[in-house]
Amino acid sequence: MSSTFDQVATIIAETCDIPRDTITPDSHAIDDLGIDSLDFLDIAFAIDKQFGIKLPLEKWTQEVNDGKATTEQYFVLKNLCARIDELVAAKGASA
Amino acid sequence: MQLEYFHMIDRIVDLKVDEKTIVVEAQVPQESTIFEGHFPGYPLMPGVLLIESMAQASGWLQLGVFKFERMPILAAVKEAKVRGSVFPGDLMSIEASLTHEGSGYAMTEAKIRVGGKLRANSALTFTLIPFPNADMRGYMAKVAERVGFPQQAVSP
Repeated sequence: MSSTFDQVATIIAETCDIPRDTITPDSHAIDDLGIDSLDFLDIAFAIDKQFGIKLPLEKWTQEVNDGKATTEQYFVLKNLCARIDELVAAKGASA
Repeated sequence: MQLEYFHMIDRIVDLKVDEKTIVVEAQVPQESTIFEGHFPGYPLMPGVLLIESMAQASGWLQLGVFKFERMPILAAVKEAKVRGSVFPGDLMSIEASLTHEGSGYAMTEAKIRVGGKLRANSALTFTLIPFPNADMRGYMAKVAERVGFPQQAVSP
C-alpha cells in the first residue's frame, strides 16, 4: 500500500496538473506548488474521499488567520500528511 | 421567476434534509428583457441562467441541511451540460442533491427537467461562509418565506 505522501502527491498531481516529480514532502502547497484556495477544495475533496475523513479546513484557516498557526503547519505536504494520518487514526479509534 | 433580479426559484416543492435532496419549481416568464437580446425572434433561456437556477436550488438545499448557519456561495462549476432548450413559459422542475459535505465547502449535483425531460445537469462546488451581515441574513429570510422554505428545516 502506498504511503500517505504518495497518495496525496498523486492527488495533487492529477487534480492540479502538476508534474508528480516536482512534488516533495517539503513542498508547500501554496508557496511552492502555487495551489490556490479553490484548487485546494478539489484536493481536500479527493483526500476526504480517499481517506474517509473530513479535513478541518475551516479550523485550520481560522487558526492561521488568528496567528495561532502557520500555513507551514498544515500546507507543507509532510505536515499535511501527518495531519491526515492523525485524522485516520482518530477515526479508527472511534469506530 | 424574475430573471432581471436573479429570482430563479418560485417554489420549494420538496426538501428532504435527512436525504439531502431538494426539488423546486421555476416558471420561466413569457416576457423578459433578457429575451429581447437572447434572442430576437427566438427567445431562449440562457445556459448560464440554467446553471444559476441549479445553483440556487442547491443553495436552498444547503441552507436547509446546514440550518441557515452558513451561506453557500457558488465557487466552481465542475460540469454543466445543456441538453435541450428551455423556452419562455416552460415550467422547470429542478432537483439537487448534496454529494459531499466538506469543511467550509460542499458539492452538489443538480438537474433541470421540463415536462419530465432532462434539459440540463451540473456538478457544482460551493464555499460556505458565515452570513456577512444582518441585511443579507434578513433578505434571505424574506426570500425563504416567498419560496416556501419549510421553517421546520431550521428548527433544532
